[in-house]
Amino acid sequence: MVQLTLPKNSRIKTGKTWPKPAGATNARKVQIYRWNPEDGDNPRLDTYFVDLDDCGPMVLDVLIKIKNEIDPTLTFRRSCREGICGSCAMNIDGINTLACIYGLDEIKGDIKIYPLPHMEVVKDLIPDLTHFYAQHASIMPWLETKTNRPQKEWRQSIEDRKKLDGLYECVMCASCSTACPSYWWNSDRYLGPAALLHAYRWIIDSRDEATGERLDELEDPFKLYRCHTIMNCTKTCPKGLNPAKAIAEIKKMMVERAV
Amino acid sequence: MAEFKQGDRPLSPFMFGAYYRPQMTSMSSIMVRITGIASLGTAFLLVLWLLTAATSETAFARVDWFLTSFIGDVILLLATWAIWYHVLGRLRHVIWDLGYGLEIGIAEKMGMAMFIGATVLALLTAIIV
Repeated sequence: MVQLTLPKNSRIKTGKTWPKPAGATNARKVQIYRWNPEDGDNPRLDTYFVDLDDCGPMVLDVLIKIKNEIDPTLTFRRSCREGICGSCAMNIDGINTLACIYGLDEIKGDIKIYPLPHMEVVKDLIPDLTHFYAQHASIMPWLETKTNRPQKEWRQSIEDRKKLDGLYECVMCASCSTACPSYWWNSDRYLGPAALLHAYRWIIDSRDEATGERLDELEDPFKLYRCHTIMNCTKTCPKGLNPAKAIAEIKKMMVERAV
Repeated sequence: MAEFKQGDRPLSPFMFGAYYRPQMTSMSSIMVRITGIASLGTAFLLVLWLLTAATSETAFARVDWFLTSFIGDVILLLATWAIWYHVLGRLRHVIWDLGYGLEIGIAEKMGMAMFIGATVLALLTAIIV
């Protein structure tokens, strides 16, 4: 259901303001969402000051610097620092993106960082992705075949392989799904842009032999058709992919097989 | 580790404006929904107008006075804008459903065109009618 406010336990309080680093000439204000499951308190917004003259160029550099030098309790996921693992997806400056490939120079004013929107928070900037991953698993993200295995690999023409471009690059960071108002309000039944992009990736794979079953599985008022082509997904994808187009293609295939 | 119930987890903030920056994509989309619902109110007003015209002279005079007053004019102009916007928004959905215009740049331009187009068409309607 449409929900416009946060539940009581999720309202954000003003948090601690950490002192400016001594001798900093280029200090930038950074506000970060904090929630500690162990203190029983509401989430809060802490304010830090980071000397940009002594910091890397990306948002992730700021987070790591804060954790290393100011507040070691700050909790966030990160791994590859080059936009390929999808771990550091968060809401930065009002959009969802990967902290490691989002430059500080792209942000005007104070830097505001929240966890991915409308998700259960595990701690600080870490959302619970259990349900998101389960939805991905539900679309059978693997090659389904019925014919006998070939002696070597399943072969594919260059043209057919090209159909997977713009789909296989998805790193499952969840930026798109958590940017989607439909997903905010119906994520219990709507699969969301990420899972549907993956669904399409397998539907159009020339080697896959379960296209009909895959479409049957998605023929549902909620799983697929809660997409209203809002396109916040495509707008925010840090990898520049287009989940909205993939979903539209699935909808088109549904019509084509019915007529 | 301290005892911790999973149900206590807070919901991360999401609201437009305050936490999620308004995008041309989401704003042009939500406006289609809002103008659609608002047009139901317009339909109600028109039915009221016709119904009173068919039943009672005094009631019609009152409704007619209101709808042709300055406030009534403003309401009807906004209602015209809403109907045009909704028509253009649905037209965009038809284009999308045919598989065109799904690139972000084109989708955003179409969103802008819906706002401008509805304004131009509403003014034209007001001038002609």
